[in-house]
Amino acid sequence: MTTTTTATATATGGTTAAPLLSVRDLTMTFPGRRARSAPVRAVDGIGFDVAAGETLGLVGESGCGKSTTGRMIVRLLEPTAGSVSYDGRDISHLSQRELKPLRRDLQMVFQDPHSSLNPRQTVARIISDPLMVQGSSASEARGRAAELMDLVGLIPEHIDRYPHEFSGGQAQRIGIARALATGPRLVVADEPVSALDVSVQAQIVNLMERLQRELGLAYLFIAHDLSVVKRVCDRVAVMYLGRIVEIGVKERVYAAPAHPYTRALLSAVPLPDPAAERSRERITLLGDPPSPAAPPPGCTFHPRCPKAQEICRTEAPLLRIAAPGEARQVACHFPEGS
Amino acid sequence: MADATSLLSVRDLTVTFPTKRGPVRAVDTLSFDVFPGRTLGIVGESGSGKSVTSLAVMGLHTGAEVSGSVTLDGRELVGLPGRELNGLRGRRMAMIFQDPLSSLHPYYTVGEQIAEHHRVHFGSRRAAARARAVEALGEVGIPEPRRRAGEYPHQFSGGMRQRVMIAMALACEPDLLIADEPTTALDVTVQAQILELITRIQQDRGLAVVMITHDLGVVARVAHDVLVMYGGRAAEHAPVDALFASPAHPYTRGLLDSLPRLDDDDDAPLRAIPGSPPSLLEPAPGCAFAPRCPRAAAGSEEERARCAGERPLLGGPDGHPAACHFPAYEGVAP
Repeated sequence: MTTTTTATATATGGTTAAPLLSVRDLTMTFPGRRARSAPVRAVDGIGFDVAAGETLGLVGESGCGKSTTGRMIVRLLEPTAGSVSYDGRDISHLSQRELKPLRRDLQMVFQDPHSSLNPRQTVARIISDPLMVQGSSASEARGRAAELMDLVGLIPEHIDRYPHEFSGGQAQRIGIARALATGPRLVVADEPVSALDVSVQAQIVNLMERLQRELGLAYLFIAHDLSVVKRVCDRVAVMYLGRIVEIGVKERVYAAPAHPYTRALLSAVPLPDPAAERSRERITLLGDPPSPAAPPPGCTFHPRCPKAQEICRTEAPLLRIAAPGEARQVACHFPEGS
Repeated sequence: MADATSLLSVRDLTVTFPTKRGPVRAVDTLSFDVFPGRTLGIVGESGSGKSVTSLAVMGLHTGAEVSGSVTLDGRELVGLPGRELNGLRGRRMAMIFQDPLSSLHPYYTVGEQIAEHHRVHFGSRRAAARARAVEALGEVGIPEPRRRAGEYPHQFSGGMRQRVMIAMALACEPDLLIADEPTTALDVTVQAQILELITRIQQDRGLAVVMITHDLGVVARVAHDVLVMYGGRAAEHAPVDALFASPAHPYTRGLLDSLPRLDDDDDAPLRAIPGSPPSLLEPAPGCAFAPRCPRAAAGSEEERARCAGERPLLGGPDGHPAACHFPAYEGVAP
């Protein structure tokens, strides 16, 4: 499978024969904090594919399970049930030793650039560590680290500096260079720009897009900011309380959201345009997202849903095709436009 | 902006913190007015001085040196003794913060905390203060306020806690509310609820509101006037429509251009502002934005030298001043 051909083939539906990443019925249950408290099902049987060279956005509010999903995919967490297949091989229960060669291909970028970089290591060490773990010599790794700094827009002469000598945006560039060191094919980026100043976010978004074009990377882009996700993604999956409520190509999901939650989420985003803000119709949801420790019965969104009917209180809707001829799927008894 | 009707009037406010590496001027000769029934949005990135400004107005700037003037209804607050300031804080002017959990006491019920506030300022009796607390919780949309008043902060969700903070801030019916990133820690659907609540309360009571935020979308939704801050100084000050329609300062223009937007279908790369926000430890002699400014970079050698060496003062048309040597006003070549 070559990166270039599959990228175009699956950018729309994500259903072509062999996706780079394939997630099925993925579930993560954390034990309750106290002996007698109920276990928390943070992720509840989700599935999606990511094709080579593609970006899938994973959006949702705090506690929806989007970060837990990312962590299971790079196997920082071992799933309770379901499977994560990378390049056709189920990696969900591999041992650390078996995972090691795969770490080359699967990398992660974190939200807070400063807390995810060791303050006592130089940039040279931070970026070359993954290479040395994979068997490069120290001098080889250092040379590659300098190249990577140049690639992500840092000055290679700063290679012996420490993280605190860099601004937030530059530190995130270091985090990206570290993730790219081993030449990965899939990068899971968990809120990569949300800790950055507004004027710096665009730099990092542009950098990630350029790197994707140049290196043929696939991204799983996890974020709560719908505007950023719209910018970077090919497809988008909306999560609510551990489940995917809507997934499809971004043009469709943003222009004609089928799930009432997606609609409300989009209408809640403040637009930087006072005239548009005054004239737009806003759906304000009541209440807060419920706790995953005590999910409501039926459709977990029903207590906040403006369209909820009797069936929504008792029966959980399955993810299914939203409209004929469309690859988009929605989990709602009464989707929009049907 | 006639002084006569303004509730809060800030003139040449300067806040300096002594540090091991020398004094840091976090806010530099800042002036603005806040009017009853109107919201002033103060926008800036980290280190812009927006939060320090609000703390200085409230007299909560520990360890900093404050100069200039802050008047509330004509009364000077800078240099006012702590006892007198205590009488105004919470009573005439109230503040809410980004993280409500760290602003609430974990050992007292929320009802007790709101009631105490009322007793201190009005000397009301326990039962009356308690009743007022329940009423305040109801006013901010907390269901079953009587029962919820007896609960502790950890029993509330993030959005409900912020409602508690707003109830506490409003319990003594202040004239001025300062909200420092009140929705930044909240989910977007909850943010929409809180912004709606603040707007409704403002309209009902004719409250003057200062909304401090990094989010231009929040400003567009709630503010009437906007002050853009950069490196501790005012960069631009304008009514909200003018600011978004025709930003005069290259920094404001750059911020607006660099935002990914839900309502644009253009997939071209974002127009990012190069570089990072400035360090206050080593302030530039000229315009703080000059090292990142496309207008300065495109200028002649003489112009570049001016941006780098001479500090621009806030100037330009009445009602829409900008601190830039080459502001982009409508109909005027920048």
